[in-house]
Amino acid sequence: MSTMTDWDFDPGEKVISMKEWKERYEWVEDPQVSPDGENVAAVVNLGNGEFTVCNNGEAWESPCEKIWCLRFSPDGRLTAIVCQEMEWTMSVDGTFWDSRFDFLWNTRFSDDGAHIAAAWQNDLTYGMTLDDVSWETGYSNMSGMCLSPEGGKTAAVVQTIGLNEGEIFKFAEGAYTAALNGKTWPRNFMNVWDIAFSSNSEHIAAEVRLDRTTYTIAVDGETWKQRYDCVWTPKFHPSEHKVVAPVRVAGAWTLAENGVLIWKNRYLQLWQTLYSPCGKHIAAIVSPAYGKWTMAKDDQPWNNRFGEMVSDPVFSPNGDRLAVSVKDNGKWTLAVNDQVWGQWFNRVWGPVFSPDGRYVASRVESDGKFTCAVNGKAWEKTYDFCLDPVFSPDGDRLLVRAFKDGAYYRIVIPTTQIAG
Amino acid sequence: MGDPAVQNDAAVEAKVVDEGIDRGVEALTPERIESVINQVFEKETGARLQAYVETCVHCGLCSEACHFYLSNDKDPKFSPVGKVKQTIWEMVKRKGRVDADFIRNAVEVAHTQCNLCKRCAMYCPFGIDIAYLMLVVRRICHKLGVTPLYIQDTVNSHSVTMNQMWVKEDEWIDTLQWQEEEGRDEIPDLRIPVEKEGADIMYSVIAPEPKFQAGLIYQAAVLMNVAGMNWTMPATPGWDNSDMAMYTGDNEIMARVKRSHFETARRLRVNKIVMGECGHAFRSIYDMGNRQLGWKMPPIPVQHAIDFYDELLREGKIRIARKFEKSVTLHDPCNIVRGRGLHEKSRSVVRAMCDNFIEMHPNREHNYCCAAGGGVINCGPPYKQKRMAGNRVKAEQLAATKAEVLIAPCHNCHSGLEDIIHHYKLDMEVKFILDILYECMEKPE
Ligand code: SF4
Ligand code: SF4
Repeated sequence: MSTMTDWDFDPGEKVISMKEWKERYEWVEDPQVSPDGENVAAVVNLGNGEFTVCNNGEAWESPCEKIWCLRFSPDGRLTAIVCQEMEWTMSVDGTFWDSRFDFLWNTRFSDDGAHIAAAWQNDLTYGMTLDDVSWETGYSNMSGMCLSPEGGKTAAVVQTIGLNEGEIFKFAEGAYTAALNGKTWPRNFMNVWDIAFSSNSEHIAAEVRLDRTTYTIAVDGETWKQRYDCVWTPKFHPSEHKVVAPVRVAGAWTLAENGVLIWKNRYLQLWQTLYSPCGKHIAAIVSPAYGKWTMAKDDQPWNNRFGEMVSDPVFSPNGDRLAVSVKDNGKWTLAVNDQVWGQWFNRVWGPVFSPDGRYVASRVESDGKFTCAVNGKAWEKTYDFCLDPVFSPDGDRLLVRAFKDGAYYRIVIPTTQIAG
Repeated sequence: MGDPAVQNDAAVEAKVVDEGIDRGVEALTPERIESVINQVFEKETGARLQAYVETCVHCGLCSEACHFYLSNDKDPKFSPVGKVKQTIWEMVKRKGRVDADFIRNAVEVAHTQCNLCKRCAMYCPFGIDIAYLMLVVRRICHKLGVTPLYIQDTVNSHSVTMNQMWVKEDEWIDTLQWQEEEGRDEIPDLRIPVEKEGADIMYSVIAPEPKFQAGLIYQAAVLMNVAGMNWTMPATPGWDNSDMAMYTGDNEIMARVKRSHFETARRLRVNKIVMGECGHAFRSIYDMGNRQLGWKMPPIPVQHAIDFYDELLREGKIRIARKFEKSVTLHDPCNIVRGRGLHEKSRSVVRAMCDNFIEMHPNREHNYCCAAGGGVINCGPPYKQKRMAGNRVKAEQLAATKAEVLIAPCHNCHSGLEDIIHHYKLDMEVKFILDILYECMEKPE
């Protein structure tokens, strides 16, 4: 396991050619890159219906009938969902979990990568498994699977009452609830969506629908007293036992905390609420007028408006800066504290702050060429594809992970080389 | 082939048993009806409803536009304005003081005697949009808890799974893997790239494809592979572009389902969504669902299959190896013709594939609806006879072409027209454009 401080941030370039892989295997699927950029891996076809994983040129030993969902965990382990003799399991660096499933999907990692969870189906019952330990109870359906940030708990929306086709009145009585580590809340709802964990993993909250037109938030199975026309995903305060959620009241959206409306403004839309890391500020994507989108921080909408989309909001680690990707007139860029980058791109990915918040970077694409941009300036070097940039702990170096002409490139440059 | 053979019978007049409506109506009280109707009028419909109600001069010019009216021997109760008279006008006039029997009739009229096809809006001198008025009736009925059972079950599926057919998450992924494997028998290196972040295209379908018509996903995969597209399909909910909540007036679930679709496309960072041959899903993504959320236009561009095929053919990315031999006619789905003007593009694709193309009349934006759209077919078997009786003009229109194959580039139209063909004993086969394109295109040896 590597931590970021061990990563090689010395300026330079490492190249791994994948051309030879293409000769060796029938085909090479879409490559995945490790967080530290040292490894590139892909599912490869050995022929005769057999597949394996090739990681930096080395193949995992046991071939499988099927392999999918190849993902590096945040701590750099390589995971894949694999099928042998019609049974599915998780492979971690080529070693299989003991459990076997009729199907396995939705791999989830804890923030530090130490824990791995996934959703399973066995004999048409559904549950979750965490580090190869499965829920004791299976349910007839499951959705919205999640893993707590530190990785100790799993949760999902589950169906506890069987429904035959057309049983709309039974449905209205409530067949769904949330399950934490496989244990359900004491009551059911018509619908449950979008479970959120508290930062200490002790509590969960979710959107619930009580009848066709009545929505509210439930925390650990207890609903807020207030009822709404609609709600979106709740969020826990980072340190206090408080929950906020966008709620729709009398046809307009605003923000509620533990059931009390805390924002004065009313919006045409409001979603993706986020707290600053210290919990001092709350921001959300809002639409102050039809077809106009922006960010609001503490109920103050930015002056800039964007016609098409606002997404991926993120606070800097110290909470002073708020960045978001924005789309207007068919082009994307970033906006940071209501300042819009000068250059627009065909696509941008989510903003990435340096740990000290000085820099904000993003992966960008124009004319089919990919590169990274920092503080509004795009690097002149372009690639066939690249991944999100990663800052060194001091923010002075930038790790660029990219592909060009069938080779993978791990490049470290001084951040100023792009930012100036 | 010849004239439609079946006369419509007394079944049309028979009282329909629909638990969704019957039990819903039982629970109504006059106070609740009045309060819900007035709440919708005051808080939701605003000036638009007001303007329509005040502008209509009851001239009946819209009648000749409606296939229900024409097919039911010009019975005025099936005319567009006749449907308005039986529903929204009375609600407005009586300020919401209508009884449960009134609601019972209103829900049936709005849900099963109008396809929201908007043909009548072209015939009204004031452009009054009867489809909108019928949607307001459906919205009121939704809020009253009175919705036909089958379509409500579909909306329930949307709310739980984000797809319309209760397709579970593992079933969806398994179907993609299975279709990829099937495809490899034909094209050994065929891929269905799942969850490929940064691809150019997210291909989205409606839930009947994985449920009953997985071959369409296979055909689309062949098309994408042959054309050399950089594409992907999601492994998460959000893959389904369909939307029956739009048709029951459950705007909150419509919004939720569309948000899931667009956020999935954004999560995968694609340049655009290409969607399969479906009309109502296009209306939901391109018009109603996105706008309910506050997006004037789709935040990630959406390209309908017809436009996509046309582009691939024009750019030479797909070539026709041999022409389709049977005679074909083409149905114009309301949502992508009156709703988007794709009729010349569909003709250019059909002409590229087929030598013997026969127009049905009327056509293009004047085409008759299939009578399945607008959620009508989704109200299920109780209404099938009415649906058949309500579209005799379509059967006559089809029969007159004497074509062997009917191309219907929309799922609802496809199913609805199969019913019509069967009911009226027409000798015609229904196909999607992709069925023929797949058959006729150049593929690797
Ligand atoms: S079915 Fe079409 S033409 Fe008839 S009333 Fe409805 S929208 Fe108008
Ligand atoms: S044509 Fe227009 S004005 Fe005339 S009855 Fe129909 S909706 Fe009313």
